[in-house]
Formats: sequence, C-alpha cells, structure tokens
Amino acid sequence: MASTTAITGKKSIWDGGSEPFGASYGKLMMWFFLLSDAFTFSALLLAYAAIRFSAGSWPVPDDVFAAIPFVHGNHYPLVFVGIMTFILIMSSVTMVLAVEAGHRGAKNEVVKWMIWTIIGGIAFLGCQAWEWSHLHHDGAWWGNNPFLNADGTAGHVNFTNLFFTITGFHGFHVFSGVVINVIVTLMAANGVFDRRGTYETIEKVGLYWHFVDLVWVFVFTFFYLI
Amino acid sequence: MSSHEHTSSFNVKDIWRVFFVLLAITVVEFIIALAVPESFMAKDIKNWLYIILTIMKAFYIVAYFMHLKFEKINLIYSILLPTVFILGVIAALMYESNYWLDIR
Repeated sequence: MASTTAITGKKSIWDGGSEPFGASYGKLMMWFFLLSDAFTFSALLLAYAAIRFSAGSWPVPDDVFAAIPFVHGNHYPLVFVGIMTFILIMSSVTMVLAVEAGHRGAKNEVVKWMIWTIIGGIAFLGCQAWEWSHLHHDGAWWGNNPFLNADGTAGHVNFTNLFFTITGFHGFHVFSGVVINVIVTLMAANGVFDRRGTYETIEKVGLYWHFVDLVWVFVFTFFYLI
Repeated sequence: MSSHEHTSSFNVKDIWRVFFVLLAITVVEFIIALAVPESFMAKDIKNWLYIILTIMKAFYIVAYFMHLKFEKINLIYSILLPTVFILGVIAALMYESNYWLDIR
C-alpha cells in the first residue's frame, strides 16, 4: 500500500509538461514516419523476393551490373555499385559528424559537414543516373528486359520493372534528402539554429538521411548480391 | 539539456569506429561474392551470409548513427517491435511464392 500511495502521489510522466519518450514531438514523429517508410520499402523488397523465387530462373546480377564508367568491353561485377555503397556510407558518417558538431553548437563545423553530406548525396545520384542511362542504353526499362535468365531463357520483365521501381523510389528518397539537407544547411549558415538555441533540426534530418543509407544496404543485398 | 548527455555517449572516435565496422562488413560481402567459388560455398549459404551481414550493418546504422541505442527504452521498443509485422509478411510471401512456383 505504501508504494501505491507513493506512485499516485508522484506526478506521472504522462501528465504533460515532460517528454515521456525523451525525444521532442518532431523527433518522435520523424521516427514514426521512418517506421512507416520502412514498411513501404519492406513491401517492395519482399515483393521482389517473392516474384524472383516463384520465377524459377532469374537474370544473374553479376552479369547485369558489371559496367563502370569510362571503361568499355570489360567485366567488373559489383565494382560500380560498391563505389555507390561506399559514397552513401561515407555521407552518413559526415552527417553524424554534423549532428555531433550541432551538439557543441559549432555552427561552422555543422555547415562544413553538411556540405560534405550534400556532395555525397549528389555523387550517389550521379552514379545512379549513369547506371540507369547505361541500362536504358542496353534496352532495359519498365516493361522491357533484354537480360537472359540464368538458364538461358528470355528474361522476366519483372526483373527490370522491380529494379527501376525500387531503385527509383530509393533514388527519390535520396533526392528529397539532398533538397532537405540544402535547406537546413542554409538555415544553419544563417544562424537560425543559434537563435533557436538548438541544432535539433540537424538531428531530425540526420535520422532521415541515415534511413536512406539503411534502405540502400538492403537494396544492395537483394538486387546486387543475392 | 539532454542532447549534451548524448554527446558523451557517442563521440567522434566512435563515429569512425562504426564507419570502419560498416566498411569491413561490406568488404567481407565483396569477398564472398567475388573471391569465394560456388564449388566451395553453395549459393544458398552465400545468400544467408549476405542477409546476416546486412542485418548486422542495419544494426550498426540504427543503433549508432541513428542513435536509437542511447534513446529511452520505450522509444526503442516503439520502433523495433512493430517491425515484427515485416516478419509476418516474410512468412506469408515465402508460403505464397512456394505455391506460385509449384503451379507454374
């Protein structure tokens, strides 16, 4: 009984005026948005897995994704996508460094690391644009698959449909991320967050950016490795 | 302010440590994909290794880069527990795609 009275006597964290999750409203909602976005990407990737498994035979990723820019007539499986993966992980690192600088209120460092993050994002988009145009040049597009299955039969058109849909949806996320990063970088440079007294906006945008990196890790595995 | 407590739990040195872990896992994936012949390791085993390594990478990104490991326990559960639904979809689609393959 004594403990019950102690609890009812104390103000609960749910009575208002505090943050029950230890995170602000905006940060919490960013997390829930990312959770729902994770469901969307899971649905897309699992649809890919199910269609691929039920197809029996499927194009070989090592043969389809074997080109790198400025080098012709050679077979370099996974090299280009490896560079893309490295770029995205690297830009995630610079984003964490920007968040860390934000905790210290170091405006110039935040702007510096955010600019590197933006450069990484643009580099990734450039790589993806090259890969798309290269595949399109080979005749691959929605509704059109020039690559043969592993057993030599005509390739499933769902291979290109799902490739362009999923990498396109991910690329759209990267593009939105770059736009948002540019906006918050300009805000930081103009001292908006100094006036607010907190760089939490950088943290929220950072969550989104890391999520984009996280999705790529899965896209990379399902499309290029398996 | 709570954000200042967070900085002490995850500093610049830790950021680079996590980066090298992610890089190392990716390098291992590349070695499995390009340097290990399928006569030595079956494609099915390779695929399972890729999935395990991918989940390891996901853990490091979510726990450290997205800082979820250092959040309050109720926030951690609010984000992680709903992903159980994804396991449900995996089970349903494995069952379905087996059936689609059978009737093809």
